[in-house]
Amino acid sequence: MILLTLAGVVVLVAGAGLALLLDRRPKWASFAGAGMAMLGCAAVFAASFRMLIGGDAEAIRWPWSMPLGAFSVALDPLSAFFLLPIAALTGLAALYGAEYLQSWTGRKSLGMAWFWYNLLAAAMILAVIARNGLLFLAAWEMMALASFFLVAFEDEQERVREAAWTYFIATHLGTAFVVALFALLAAQTGTLDFDAFGPISAPTSGLLFILAVIGFGAKAGFVPLHVWLPEAHPAAPSHVSAVMSGVMIKTGIYALLRMMTLLGEPQPWWGWTLIAIGLASGVLGALFALAQHDLKRLLAYCSVENIGIIALGLGLGVLGYTARSPLLAILGFGGALLHVLNHAIFKGLLFLAAGAVAHGAGTREMDRLGGLLKRMPWTGAAFAVGAAAICGLPPLNGFVSEYLVFFGGFLGGVSISGHFATAGFLAVAALALIGGLALAAFTKAFGIIFLGEARTEAAGRAHEPGMAMRFPICLLAGACLLIGFFAPVTVLLLARPIAAILPMGEHAVDGYLLAMAAQLRWFVLLAAVLAALLAALALLRSGLLAGRSVTERGTWDCGYARPTARMQYTASSFAQPLVDLFRAVLRTRRSLDAPQGTLPTKSASLSTATGDTFTHKLFRPAFGGVTRLMERMRGVQHGRVQLYVLYVALTLVALLVWRLGVARP
Amino acid sequence: MIEPRHAAPLLALALAPLMTGIINRTKAFFAGRQGPPLLQAYFDLWKLLRKGAVYSRATTWVFRAGPMVGVATGAAALLIVPLGGEPALLAFPGDILLLAGLLALARFFIIAAALDTGSAFEGMGASREAQFSALAEPALLLSLAALARLTGGLSLSDLFRDITPAAWVENGPALALAAAALVIVFLAENARIPVDDPNTHLELTMIHEVMVLDHGGPDFAYVLYGAALKLWVLGALVIGVLVPWRGPNPWANLAAVVAGLFVLSVAVGVVESCMARLRLLRVPQLLTVAGVFAALAIILLRR
Amino acid sequence: MSAWIDGVLVTLILTNLAVLGSSRLNACIRIIALQGVVLGLLPILVGEGAPTIRMTLLTAATMGLKGAVFPWLLLRALRVAGIRREVEPFIGYNWSVLAGLLSLAASVWLGGRLPMPETARSSLVGPVALFMIFCGLFVIVSRRKAITQILGYIIMENGAYAFGVVLLEEIPVLVELGILMDAFVAVFVMGVAIYHIQREFDHVDVDQLDTLKG
Repeated sequence: MILLTLAGVVVLVAGAGLALLLDRRPKWASFAGAGMAMLGCAAVFAASFRMLIGGDAEAIRWPWSMPLGAFSVALDPLSAFFLLPIAALTGLAALYGAEYLQSWTGRKSLGMAWFWYNLLAAAMILAVIARNGLLFLAAWEMMALASFFLVAFEDEQERVREAAWTYFIATHLGTAFVVALFALLAAQTGTLDFDAFGPISAPTSGLLFILAVIGFGAKAGFVPLHVWLPEAHPAAPSHVSAVMSGVMIKTGIYALLRMMTLLGEPQPWWGWTLIAIGLASGVLGALFALAQHDLKRLLAYCSVENIGIIALGLGLGVLGYTARSPLLAILGFGGALLHVLNHAIFKGLLFLAAGAVAHGAGTREMDRLGGLLKRMPWTGAAFAVGAAAICGLPPLNGFVSEYLVFFGGFLGGVSISGHFATAGFLAVAALALIGGLALAAFTKAFGIIFLGEARTEAAGRAHEPGMAMRFPICLLAGACLLIGFFAPVTVLLLARPIAAILPMGEHAVDGYLLAMAAQLRWFVLLAAVLAALLAALALLRSGLLAGRSVTERGTWDCGYARPTARMQYTASSFAQPLVDLFRAVLRTRRSLDAPQGTLPTKSASLSTATGDTFTHKLFRPAFGGVTRLMERMRGVQHGRVQLYVLYVALTLVALLVWRLGVARP
Repeated sequence: MIEPRHAAPLLALALAPLMTGIINRTKAFFAGRQGPPLLQAYFDLWKLLRKGAVYSRATTWVFRAGPMVGVATGAAALLIVPLGGEPALLAFPGDILLLAGLLALARFFIIAAALDTGSAFEGMGASREAQFSALAEPALLLSLAALARLTGGLSLSDLFRDITPAAWVENGPALALAAAALVIVFLAENARIPVDDPNTHLELTMIHEVMVLDHGGPDFAYVLYGAALKLWVLGALVIGVLVPWRGPNPWANLAAVVAGLFVLSVAVGVVESCMARLRLLRVPQLLTVAGVFAALAIILLRR
Repeated sequence: MSAWIDGVLVTLILTNLAVLGSSRLNACIRIIALQGVVLGLLPILVGEGAPTIRMTLLTAATMGLKGAVFPWLLLRALRVAGIRREVEPFIGYNWSVLAGLLSLAASVWLGGRLPMPETARSSLVGPVALFMIFCGLFVIVSRRKAITQILGYIIMENGAYAFGVVLLEEIPVLVELGILMDAFVAVFVMGVAIYHIQREFDHVDVDQLDTLKG
């Protein structure tokens, strides 16, 4: 299976080259780029699916002429589980992108766009199968670079350039920690091959864990390292946002998990760290999502929230492991893993739908949209499914994974004593609050954009996209329903990846998961009852209404004679009560141009904007300080070669003195 | 053979609207009025089911789906909520979370249906509903988690079976705190005073009523019936904690719980007669208090 | 019996949170009066066997002083000095309650690690006493008016009393009476002081006392 995966990578790289060669003919470049991307992803999808349902783990190792480096790749169940959503979503988004990018034909280089897209796909896959630190870092860096160029696709816009640079800096700061992690590992064990890392003793492993959390957390979007997400995701083209938000940030989770399997015995405080991160990311992500007016920014913050849920699951898993409670460990890790898959599905769906909205109505500003469900029935219905799924509502897939984590919290709180119980209750409270806030955010997104009446003329003229864009959206919506209704089967797929994380036999994990599956069968039964009830009620209603007068009027306006579409509740007014309640964290800025005089002549306006508190209060001041420091050091910079040579010489002498004099062994 | 657990959901389907009737009758008694007949809610439903419908031109299928989802989730929840110490028809570990999920599903569609009309009033109600339920959710789940910690049960049926008079003697304060949290959630989720005034006549001050302004005919009948089922479901949780006595005869236990629900309705009526609605800005504080109660219960039980 | 102790402890916790969340001085004073009365019950509940006469007298004195005399003095000071009824916090009510919850969590955690004598009937008495001391400190630090500082001081004293209940089999009368007298004098003196500050400066905001320095 590993060969099929590598073949997929080769196809993707070839597709990248081909798209670049055909750059002069945008149509062909698109065709080649998207086609090869889908082909490569299909191969990887097939390989990883085969692996999950019972293939043998395989590894390949070719020498590489780099110190400590080797081209060592392997496909095990953990890798396969992450490859599954990566391949599926990247392939579907390629199909979508083929149509989405058409409107830039002639203005932008499509060959370039597909070159980077295919490289991004290849890099993600390589990062997940790499088993050597150097190879991993190369893939990791390639991934960052490719996504940077994709974010900067519309680089003529000031905002896009700024977003791209923010992303570039954030991701490289993270990479610095990853490099430090591998350097430390190499110093400890003398190798960079993953399989050769022995168990590492307690204080060092803790340091390595912290480095991994910061380094990989920057990619995954842990609060407060999430600041690049709400900038970069809206700036990128929608199919790229879907891939970045749906699967690219999950490579951070994958890498963290992979490191944790290598670092030896986990400590309870690791679990607590992850729970604290999950709590902060989940609640703050949901709050900031609620306060946004730009659909794609809202979705980006919501990714932070979902990463928080995943981190909560991982934290419970670690605590379950240290508390010697296999069921809690399986629920935590299993819930987190399943949420990785589910989030890829519904977040991909929502970003693709957001792209369709921007494409059809010309804006992503919620307050300029409205009533799109009538003009875009397919996209709207799919968005509704995705929104319900992301809120964790039964009977959709989001419920299943949140249920596992939630149930883990309950189980920890009820049946385990000491601080593990506290962690369980904290997780329950956090998940409940996150669920409520997410529901508010997504009823807002769905309600304001797709329901009611069009707020602008452009929204009234919105249209459905073509088949190539509609098909992936509807397919992903179908997947949400499918995983929800086949939950008992889906959780059994988790057995092999969990067994790769926990030092338990696959058989034992399977036993626990079978019990969970039995539990979920009840849930499917209830979902079926719900569906039957709905059908019966619909039949009853149409039977009752048959032959009676059913008329259509305007919305009841409480006696007001001239209602307009602009009088509807807006996105900002819908969110206002909750935003106001949490104003101390959100720090929403209001700019009010109040009407003046008894009979105002000049038009008044009110607008609100919620920036990122962490950007404004933490990173801006910090980077401002660094800038000031650097400016002070500019005196060193003369531009004279002689001086630079002097610096180099001085440094060398200083090092020599230090080595021979001070640090003499 | 028909057991109480088979009969309980049917009983609920039949008797749920009566709770509204009792509340209104109590309020009328305190106001010195004759009041509507006890069965008025049934008459209303019957009348509405026989009517045609008027829809807003702005609406879509979401508007029509909202009330149906409300009834369907309420009826599905009846299957997992136990009455009188007997297990519910469906009882499995984790059904607590499913109950919360069903309530959230209904809320999603009711809010969406309100926004579908494009009316500012309904948008206002929807916004408030979203806010208050977001804050009520942690209180509900934490209080159920406290009860789970107390009884060691992971399903609603196990959990309520083990809330006995002995448990009250042993852990009275914790149970009282959890019950208080549940009562607040019960009042808030069902749009009763002090959170929402079901009798108000000004759209600007309403929450739940204003969200369903545009529904009529059978759709409105569904809305009313769905609300009645929700009242019953959450009331059953409150009564499950507050009425712990169990006799040897399961039918008598069931009857006791139903009687308890009616007493609860009277209590709601009394509260509504002698209290005013809180200012909207105060409601989040009330819901936070519920969360604090539940958290305190957990702290007491954690030893 | 332990259910009764739990009930008292829960009331103590809730009264503290209520003080943090309340915006009216009158309400705060009454809540603290209730706290004093409930606190008086604690030694009787925790003590082994039937309460002695000395204990009963002591309890009655505490309750009378904390439940009636202090509130009367404070309410009178409020009335005489014409202080406005708002608490005027530096930190908002919601955030104060949140801070209270955090300090409750911290004191439960800390209390679990403090070595406590075997006599403690409920392992929560220690944490709750700690929590009350934190709350008292918080009220002193985060509120603007002089009178709220007295309130904070009383809450702290209540916390110390609760600690005494845990630590000592039976509180030596003299120690307890000493503390009570201290508190009484403090409340009395500050009541008088507030009156005079009020007359002199037309307000009793302590954060403006720094204008007095040369």
